[in-house]
Amino acid sequence: MIAVIQFPGSNDDRDMLFAMKTILGAEASLIWHQETVLPAKTEIVLLPGGFSYGDYLRCGAMARFSPVMGAVQRFADAGGFVLGTCNGFQVLCESGLLPGILLRNRKLHFLCQNTAVRVERSDTIFTSRTKPGEVLWIPIKHGEGAYYADTKQMQRLEDNGQILLRYCDAEGSVTEDANPNGSLHNIAGIVNERGNVFGLMPHPEHAVEEGIGGTDGLKILGSLLDAALARRKA
Amino acid sequence: MTECKDPMVDLELARAHGLTDGEYALILEILGRTPTYPELGIFSVMWSEHCSYKSSKVHLKTLPTTGKVVLQGPGENAGAIDIGEGLAAVFKIESHNHPSFISPVQGAATGVGGILRDIFTMGARPTASLDSIRFGPLEDPKHRYLLHGVVEGIGGYGNPVGVATVGGETQFHECYRGNILVNAFNLGIVDADRIFRAKAVGIGNPVIYAGSKTGRDGIHGASLLASAEFDEKTDEKLPTVQVGDPFTEKCLIEACLELMATDFIVGIQDMGAAGLTSSSFEMASSAGTGIEMDLDRIPTRAADLTPYEMLLSESQERMLMVAKAGCEAEVCKIFERWGLDAVVVGRVTDTGRMVIRSRDEIVVDIPVDPVADNSPELKRPYARPAEQDQRQTLTLESVAPEQDLQGALEALLDSPNLGSKEWVYRQYDQRVQGNTVLAPGGDAALIRIKHTDGTPTSHGLAMAVDCNPRWCFLDPYTGTLAAVAEAARNVACTGARPLAVTNCLNFGNPEKPDVMWQLVESIRGLGDACKAFDTPVISGNVSLYNETAGRAIYPTPTVVMVGRLDDWGQHAVSYFPSADLSIVLLGATREELAGSEWLALRRGIEAGMPPVVDLAHERRLQDLLCEGIAKGTIRAAHDVSDGGLAVALTEMCFTAPDGRSVGASVRLAATLRVDALLFGESTGRVLVATTNPEAVLRAANACSVPAQTIGKTGGERLRIESADTEVWIDASVKHLKKIWERAIPRRLSDGGAHEGGA
Repeated sequence: MIAVIQFPGSNDDRDMLFAMKTILGAEASLIWHQETVLPAKTEIVLLPGGFSYGDYLRCGAMARFSPVMGAVQRFADAGGFVLGTCNGFQVLCESGLLPGILLRNRKLHFLCQNTAVRVERSDTIFTSRTKPGEVLWIPIKHGEGAYYADTKQMQRLEDNGQILLRYCDAEGSVTEDANPNGSLHNIAGIVNERGNVFGLMPHPEHAVEEGIGGTDGLKILGSLLDAALARRKA
Repeated sequence: MTECKDPMVDLELARAHGLTDGEYALILEILGRTPTYPELGIFSVMWSEHCSYKSSKVHLKTLPTTGKVVLQGPGENAGAIDIGEGLAAVFKIESHNHPSFISPVQGAATGVGGILRDIFTMGARPTASLDSIRFGPLEDPKHRYLLHGVVEGIGGYGNPVGVATVGGETQFHECYRGNILVNAFNLGIVDADRIFRAKAVGIGNPVIYAGSKTGRDGIHGASLLASAEFDEKTDEKLPTVQVGDPFTEKCLIEACLELMATDFIVGIQDMGAAGLTSSSFEMASSAGTGIEMDLDRIPTRAADLTPYEMLLSESQERMLMVAKAGCEAEVCKIFERWGLDAVVVGRVTDTGRMVIRSRDEIVVDIPVDPVADNSPELKRPYARPAEQDQRQTLTLESVAPEQDLQGALEALLDSPNLGSKEWVYRQYDQRVQGNTVLAPGGDAALIRIKHTDGTPTSHGLAMAVDCNPRWCFLDPYTGTLAAVAEAARNVACTGARPLAVTNCLNFGNPEKPDVMWQLVESIRGLGDACKAFDTPVISGNVSLYNETAGRAIYPTPTVVMVGRLDDWGQHAVSYFPSADLSIVLLGATREELAGSEWLALRRGIEAGMPPVVDLAHERRLQDLLCEGIAKGTIRAAHDVSDGGLAVALTEMCFTAPDGRSVGASVRLAATLRVDALLFGESTGRVLVATTNPEAVLRAANACSVPAQTIGKTGGERLRIESADTEVWIDASVKHLKKIWERAIPRRLSDGGAHEGGA
């Protein structure tokens, strides 16, 4: 069972549900932010994109105080699988489940475009359906997506192999030109040290159908589903 | 603050409210007494041009508004059409011109907010937005600021509410220097048997106020701001601009849709222009009932609001609804869950009167009908402008032929009107809700239709917004025909069949007979084209007084066409998808340079009769495209419009969304002057790319659409030559694309070089 957390101001909650239920055939439901516990059978928690609480403070800064986030924290601490996209990534950073922070895009504009991201590791539960070095096309749409952490933290991310996706060009080269928002080290997505919490700015739920954004997003969402099924069998 | 006394009401105060002497006399007659101050305020907004359509009403009645797909025509918050599978598309376009000129970010934002409320008020989930925006030249720093602000406002509101912006148009012209245009369109999807209407039915039913608290913002936005022209004191009107809160709107959308899935309410209306006043009057008027309301119960965010202010405030994100008696608590609970106020403020009566109390005193007591439905209807005088003959005179022989064809093509690609609009639309969320098949940048947007429970269907909806104001200036009738024809052609280029129209008529001061003539001619064109295409006008908006210091904008009737595609997967694209395709030109090219972008840009001339519009041909062309695309013989189709054949061909080479480009080699028979052949803007033409040109030519021949194979795709260059192999244009596609991409960014102060070159 997949829990898609719904904050007031979440936008991609129903799209996440659509990707998981309609496209991938998984069992999934929306969980309201006022809930203090997750459904007993929860195997995956998804934090969708959007503008939780309007993002009038820092993005994600209010959502971390939602009652449901305590439950998400406990779920993650117990090794549960958590994935946050866009605003969900911001919430994960704000609540300390992932290191670093997302700053305003370097030229300050909101940006909606298809982006190429290179898969750095395919030996994780979020990328098992990909090959290392594979280029995925997944759209971004955000105003605050420039990943930032201090030098020491960046070194740790690199040393631990926590960076799973980097912005790249069509050939897979990680270049400054291919960096849409000014993220350090072209970071598009990172995982926590334990490997069970993943945050990314691109929207895999918007790349799940041929003809509507392509299907590269399924490789990520599908990997996660595989991991949950494997755990269920174990 | 102590109680402030309402001012004395007299003719002078009525005039200051924008009412005419005759209208004030009528008010005295209706009431049989002098109106109270709040009553005067109510009459002034309800009878304003913006709310009453008093100048245009008599002409709008001539438009075709019925048809077998129409579920709701004009008169409600938005129109609705049947799109099959038990679903309806609800859509409308609306202007927010004056507020956006005064305060671009808030003006544009609240324009988007307002049109969204029109859609979800009908029970539909807002699904796709288009924006049609027009500015003065970008060389003017003020207009760079306005462009930045308007785009920020549209994105800053549209993105957080979770509605995809899938297309639009952006233009620049001297005539908008004193009065920009911001027209916002939205389309929503609803179960056809669950469309809600703005009716206060059921005597005794509770009237419920929901959403944001009422403040002092936007008072007289509709009457003083939208219904008068600008002068040098325009900035003083800043307090009449509303302030938007997209987060509240998002919660309001979800709460209302949740509520509308129940049976608790019988009528609902958003508080847009003229706020509480217009929403309550319209609901009572359309049901033939009355309403009693207590202002002391209205949630407020400012202390000591007077009844006058409460009734005229245009604070955003507010709804008024009529619930079934006994369901009040259930209704309020839904809003509370979304963190919104909802309170019972009154009830429906059978008196036909609006009775409003404040502090146990009756402050308003007026009959509903004369204010709302039976508002004054004017037959303003109109006359063809004396300059019209001169405007339409152009001797083509006197126009020096283009000496540098490639230079002209590059200049056109570099003009902000023809250059890439990516700088604008990349700031909008084009993806949310996961239905975007064809995103901005093509002829029309295409979305996949989902059921209201999220189940996907195989159907798609295409939509396009169009207007060529220069043509409408040269001849408002022909120009409007062309706007409808182009919007329909753009929709057909995706493979979708045009179904229905919404429009926003942006004009100058209707009190001037020549402006009024432009409006009348334009409406006549709109009606004729929509009749010919069998695409009824199901909603619309009229924005008058678009002028500053006596100078009116060019007539700008923006037309949105919505069409349906049976199988969204079987659509055409607007670019060359691969090499080795044959390029076929559908339609005839005439020696028509008048009104063209080339003539304006390269010769500085805006004169002559715009190109002829052949409605019967257009309709045959639409059919031909829809059939060819459905069969798969036509893989790409692109409308030939601004900049003519050369620009259309160039665009097809490099507008693939994945950034890949494909060259083309084209040979044209020079039957007319070469600049007219390459840059003329004859209507009714479409470039198609096909693997089977014979089939396309055969089909075209069968329905009498002129067609010729003119070249092949492939390579990295665009080469256009004459039949006797004289090379007119030969350039690398990469080079042309660079010029086109930089057209807007290079003119903006930030250089537009943001966010790298991904």
